[in-house]
Amino acid sequence: MSLTDREFWTVIHGMGLGAIFLLAFAGGLAGLWSLRAELVTVGGLRERLPRLEIGTLVMALVAWLTVIIGTYVVYPWYRDPSPTSPRSLLLADPNKALWHTFGMEWKEHVAWLAPILATAVAYVVIYYGPRLAQERRVRNALLVLFVLAFAAAAVAGLFGAFLNKVAPTL
Amino acid sequence: MSTTSEPAEIIVPVAQPKPNGPAAAALLAAGIGSLILGLLTTLAEASPAIKAALTWVAAVGPLSGKTGGAVIGWLVVWVVLGFLWRGRDVNFGRVWLVTLLLVGLGFLGTFPIFYELFTVK
Repeated sequence: MSLTDREFWTVIHGMGLGAIFLLAFAGGLAGLWSLRAELVTVGGLRERLPRLEIGTLVMALVAWLTVIIGTYVVYPWYRDPSPTSPRSLLLADPNKALWHTFGMEWKEHVAWLAPILATAVAYVVIYYGPRLAQERRVRNALLVLFVLAFAAAAVAGLFGAFLNKVAPTL
Repeated sequence: MSTTSEPAEIIVPVAQPKPNGPAAAALLAAGIGSLILGLLTTLAEASPAIKAALTWVAAVGPLSGKTGGAVIGWLVVWVVLGFLWRGRDVNFGRVWLVTLLLVGLGFLGTFPIFYELFTVK
């Protein structure tokens, strides 16, 4: 049982970092949703704020790592001009070409919105600290941005999984 | 058997308000960064010259310039707005609406069915 270099980096990019991203998103979303002055005690705030700060920060960092590794390590193998690269194989088959012309084209661009949006969320969470519990409008805005960051990553992750099934990077 | 009543819930004391300028700057910069990504993606389809100019790393192709340009633009805008709005309160509702619009345009500009409308044949 072994993985090639390319398979290893594809697994790191898609499954390893993807799983951490998903966990950080779930924790961050729950934390943001419930961080309301009327719901938390002083002790509760002390207990959850560091987790929320770390969760949103980890989500942003993981999103950056994912897009950087995806773009600069995995993507060059995918788009290699050789006839056996995943891109060449997909485009050579009319039944599979749409996986590249729509799926990969969307994934490679939209994915980069995730770290930008997630970083903004993490910054604002850390900037406000405990005051965030009393800033309903800001918290709601962060929730929306957080979900949009996740949506961008979800599109990229879903197409990445499908593409790796249809035309694996070996 | 003795019963003890639960202590009364302690409500979080009102934390000191903070100026919303730095937060608004971070959100608006993220919106502008998203817009730049969508704009560069669409412009690269519309102009082979722009596509070539955005090929900063040969192995990655124009994606390197589109994303690199968006990240640089986002950071520059963030630094500038962060400086301008440091310690200030701004109209958060308006900034948030503009941010949402810009992020929406970023999503639109990175959607293949949209940007391929501008592909030079």
